[in-house]
Amino acid sequence: MVTSTITREQVLEWLSEVPDPEIPVLTITDLGIVREVTVNDAVVVDLTPTYSGCPATEVIEQSVVDTLRDNGIEDVQIKRVLSPPWTTDWITEDGRNKLRDYGIAPPAEGGSKRDLLYGKRAIACPRCASQHTQVVSEFGSTACKASYKCNDCLEPFEYFKCI
Amino acid sequence: MNKDQVLLNYVLRLGDNALILGQRMVELVAGYPELEEELANANFALDYMGQARMFYTYAGELEGKGRSEDDFAFLRDENEFHNFLLIEQPNGHFGDSIAKLVLFDSFYLLLLEALTRCSDNRIAEIAARAEKEIRYHLRHNAQWLVRLGDGTEESKSRVQESIDSLWQYTGELFAADEIDQVFAESCDGPDLEAMQGQWHINVKAILDAATLTMPEDGWMASGGKQGRHSEHLGFMIAEMQYLQRTHEGANW
Repeated sequence: MVTSTITREQVLEWLSEVPDPEIPVLTITDLGIVREVTVNDAVVVDLTPTYSGCPATEVIEQSVVDTLRDNGIEDVQIKRVLSPPWTTDWITEDGRNKLRDYGIAPPAEGGSKRDLLYGKRAIACPRCASQHTQVVSEFGSTACKASYKCNDCLEPFEYFKCI
Repeated sequence: MNKDQVLLNYVLRLGDNALILGQRMVELVAGYPELEEELANANFALDYMGQARMFYTYAGELEGKGRSEDDFAFLRDENEFHNFLLIEQPNGHFGDSIAKLVLFDSFYLLLLEALTRCSDNRIAEIAARAEKEIRYHLRHNAQWLVRLGDGTEESKSRVQESIDSLWQYTGELFAADEIDQVFAESCDGPDLEAMQGQWHINVKAILDAATLTMPEDGWMASGGKQGRHSEHLGFMIAEMQYLQRTHEGANW
C-alpha cells in the first residue's frame, strides 16, 4: 500500500542506492537508466535498458522491486521504456567520476557519436590522465567496455564505450 | 490477411531473424582463435538475442494468446520460423561467418533505419535501439572482410568463395511478399526495392576496399520468409529446442 507520505523524491533517493550489477561502483541513477518515477496507487518506475541483450536488465528490475519492498512499498510496477534509446551521455557527472576512481575511463562526451564510437578520439588513462593510450581490444569484460592500455604508466584499463 | 495478422507476422519475422542469427553465433562461443573475436562474437550474439526477445514479447502481445518469448523460440517447428535462408546457413570457416554477417548486417542496418520511421511506435522504438548496435557490428565485421580480402592469397581466395556461395541467398532479402507490401502501406514500412539499390552501393564499397569481386546477380534461392527452409535449420533448432522439448516448461 502506498501512503500519501511517499514522494517521488523519496523513491528516487532509495533507487540511488541500487547498484548496477555489472559495475557495482555505479548506481542505476548514476547510469541514467531510471527515466521516471510516478507515485499514485502504485509506484511506477520507468527503466531504460542499456543494450538490447544486456543480461543485467532483469537483475536490475528485481533489485528495484526488492529495494522498494524493503522500504514498505508493496505495489511496484516496472515499465521498460525503449525510446529514446539509452546513451552514455545520460551517465551523471557523479557517475563519471566514480567510474574514473574505479579505474574505468568514462565515455567521451558530446560531439559526433559515430566518430567517438569509431575511436577517433584519445581516451585519457583513468590512473595517470595521460592521453597517450592505445586500444588493446574493442571488446572487454562486458558488452559496454573496451580494453585499453596506457603507454605512459603502462597500466591496462577499461574504457566505457560511448554509444 | 488483415492488417493485424500482417503486423503480427512482420514482427515474428524480425524476431526469427534475430534469434536464428544469434543462435548461429552462439554456436561459435568458446571456439574463436583469439580473445578479442571471442568477446566480440559473444557480445554481438547477445545483441541479437536481446532484439529477438523484444520482438517476440511484442508478438505475444499482438497475438493475445498468452504466448511468451520462450514459447515462440522453443515450441515452434521449423516451418513456423520465417527467417531468411542466408542467416540459417552453417557457420563454415571464419571467412564464411564474416561474409554472411557483412551481407546480412548491410541489409539489416538499412532495414532498421527505415523501421525507425515506420508508424508502429513499438517497432520504431526497438529499431532505434537495435540500429545503434548493428551499426557497430557492421563496422567491425567489414574491417575483418577487408583484412581477409586484402590479406594473403589464401585468405583472399577463400573469402571470395564465401561471398560467391552466399550471394544466391541475398535476393530473398529484397523480395517483397504480401506481408512486406501490406506492412509498407499500412505502417509506412520500408520500400525494399529502393533499399536494394542502396545495399548494392554499400556492399560494393566494402568489397572494393577488400579487393574482392562483387558477384553478378544470378539465380536466387528463396522460401525462408514463407517457412520453406534449407535442411540446416532443422538441425539447428533441434539442438536449440532440445531442453524445452524434453522437459517442457523447465525453468530456473
